[in-house]
Amino acid sequence: MFKLVKRLTSVVAMFAVLFTFTTETMAAKKSKTLKNTQKKGFVRCGVSQGLPGFSNADAAGNWTGVDVDVCRAVAAAVLGDSSKVKFTPLSAKERFTALTSNEIDILSRNTTWTLSRDADIGLTFVGVNFYDGQGFMVRKNSGISSVNDFKAGVSACTNLGTTTELNMRDFFNSKGIKYEPVTFEKADEVVAAYDAGRCDTYTTDKSGLAAQRIKLSNPDDHMVLPETISKEPLGPVVRQGDSVWEDIVRWSLNTMIEAEEYGVTSANADMMKTSDNPAVKRLVGAEGELGAALGLDNEWSLRIIKQVGNYGESYKRNIADTGILPDRGPNELWTKGGILYVPPAR
Amino acid sequence: MNFKKIFPQLLTLVVVILVFGFFSYNAQVNMENRGITFGYGFLSQESSFDVQFSLIEYDGSHSYFRAYLVGLLNTILVSVIGIVFATIIGVVVGIARLSSNYLIERTAAIYVEFFRNIPLLLQIFFWYFAALRALPLPEKAEPMFGVFFLTIKGFFIPAFIWNNLDIFIYSVIAAIIAIFFVRAYAKKKQENQGAQTPVLLISIGLLIILPLLSFLLGGVDASIEIPVIEQLSKTSFTYKGGLKLPPELISLALALSLYTATFIAECVRAGVQGVSKGQKEAAASIGLTPNQVLKLVVMPQALRIIIPPTTNQYLNLTKNSSLAAAIAYPDLVLVFAGTALMQTGRAIEIVSITMLTYLTLSITISIFMNWYNKKIAIKEK
Repeated sequence: MFKLVKRLTSVVAMFAVLFTFTTETMAAKKSKTLKNTQKKGFVRCGVSQGLPGFSNADAAGNWTGVDVDVCRAVAAAVLGDSSKVKFTPLSAKERFTALTSNEIDILSRNTTWTLSRDADIGLTFVGVNFYDGQGFMVRKNSGISSVNDFKAGVSACTNLGTTTELNMRDFFNSKGIKYEPVTFEKADEVVAAYDAGRCDTYTTDKSGLAAQRIKLSNPDDHMVLPETISKEPLGPVVRQGDSVWEDIVRWSLNTMIEAEEYGVTSANADMMKTSDNPAVKRLVGAEGELGAALGLDNEWSLRIIKQVGNYGESYKRNIADTGILPDRGPNELWTKGGILYVPPAR
Repeated sequence: MNFKKIFPQLLTLVVVILVFGFFSYNAQVNMENRGITFGYGFLSQESSFDVQFSLIEYDGSHSYFRAYLVGLLNTILVSVIGIVFATIIGVVVGIARLSSNYLIERTAAIYVEFFRNIPLLLQIFFWYFAALRALPLPEKAEPMFGVFFLTIKGFFIPAFIWNNLDIFIYSVIAAIIAIFFVRAYAKKKQENQGAQTPVLLISIGLLIILPLLSFLLGGVDASIEIPVIEQLSKTSFTYKGGLKLPPELISLALALSLYTATFIAECVRAGVQGVSKGQKEAAASIGLTPNQVLKLVVMPQALRIIIPPTTNQYLNLTKNSSLAAAIAYPDLVLVFAGTALMQTGRAIEIVSITMLTYLTLSITISIFMNWYNKKIAIKEK
């Protein structure tokens, strides 16, 4: 009987695989993803279902956010036009399957880089575009001003299938507090349940808390506690096994950060071609043959900076000016007291 | 041995094997290319996530398999509650639809048309988000009978604290077995002598007396623990002690039973109307009371029509319970195909297990209902 169950299971499993994956021979030597993207004429990008500042669509369906800008940068580099992106909104639960099953080519969806995700399930993280940490939101009038004020019996609303769920357990266990986890699949439902009073606290990445607070019925009645209980380096992800594509996405992100470091903006990028600094000249493609190494032309990085802007511009446009997190905190350049530090483009 | 007969079947078998072989091979190659390993070893790993409501002892230090059991039991719990209430409501409404009282008949008809024509997911959202918001916060809850507290954080009810619970359970089981013997005896007596035995009264008596004896002689002892309000912070409260039913369970069970009851009501109505009028008139003419007509003539025949479509509704309800994931009720889909899938990334393994589990659940219900259907079918003599 057990054997039969085992066999049945594998049969069902194989069916699932068949429908998930398209047939494909051994990985081609050149980047298959790059070739496909150029053939299709757009970059397939997985984003969130709506997180202001990171990936959010307006009423007209235009996507904005720092996560969105990573995909736009890749489109500018690969296709020459940052608007040639097809966005697929994904829940936390769907995101990795969508990537491994070839529905999307980049997952840029405030996803935390962890060892098990990187090593175990066919994914590769290419970098960090936002350093975050998990925090707690509570009602201002609750008298809770620190995570040390939580008592046994506290109920915490959060998203299902995230690192948040695991950190929450680690945190409450270390304090010896018995808590009630209430987990929803969609962020909007978490917000609604917390707003209704189902939960005493809402926990997720601090950037997420800041962004979701706007959706509450009385945002001013709520506050985010000062403590951060975890490291959440968020970054874009690609499928394992296509190192050329991986490099393109990694260096598109790095270009944005390095451009800020050298003061290259969307406004002055063209003039920087004649800069005295060879690093700047390399960055805008006026010196060296960096594009060829990625299988691209030499203007790829210039297009990223001109069409999307550097990291600082992207942050200001999406996160600071929208009032989500005006203070850049750790997401400031290493030269200005933050921890943004990328390898040199040379 | 007829070659013509066997050959097509052999051919079909070969084709099926080849197709499955192709699928398996294809899947293996693709998974290898993507660096995805396949295996069920993760089930024994530590799950490291917690679940808000569990029938068995569980926390993140237990294994993924234990988390699977938690989800499975929660699915079974909400399905059983849903089936029981859907049946009760369905039978009552179904019979009400046949009432000669205009008001009762219309009310039942409106209920059926209203609830069966709105998508279930919307109803679940309504009961959870709209009805939940209407519930009071813990500190403002009015106690029902002084001990029940219905709040936005859940329904807090008194719990029994048992001593020697096992002896009490044995006494209940003994009472149930005794009832079966009494029933068998009463049936025999009726067949032999035509005399009626008050089976119902004896059964109730047995169910009261035996457990009572366990209290008096067996050392069974139960005390009641009443939930007490507890302050978590300046404005946040909860209840401590007693039992807590999460609001997710309540709203899901409510939505499932109200929705499915409409279909069961229609099955019941169809079944009763399917019994020909002549049967009732004949029964009445030999002097049976209206109650006896219903119990001895109409219902046994109606049940044969009611059971098969009602089985479908039970299966639907069980499968629909997977919508729980939308409102944070930790059922199989939320705990196992949700959180566990996300933390392990083992989509194929987990989805296959979940599918097989629902299949097994549905087949079990199906087998039971088929057995019951056979039992009440006409026995040709």
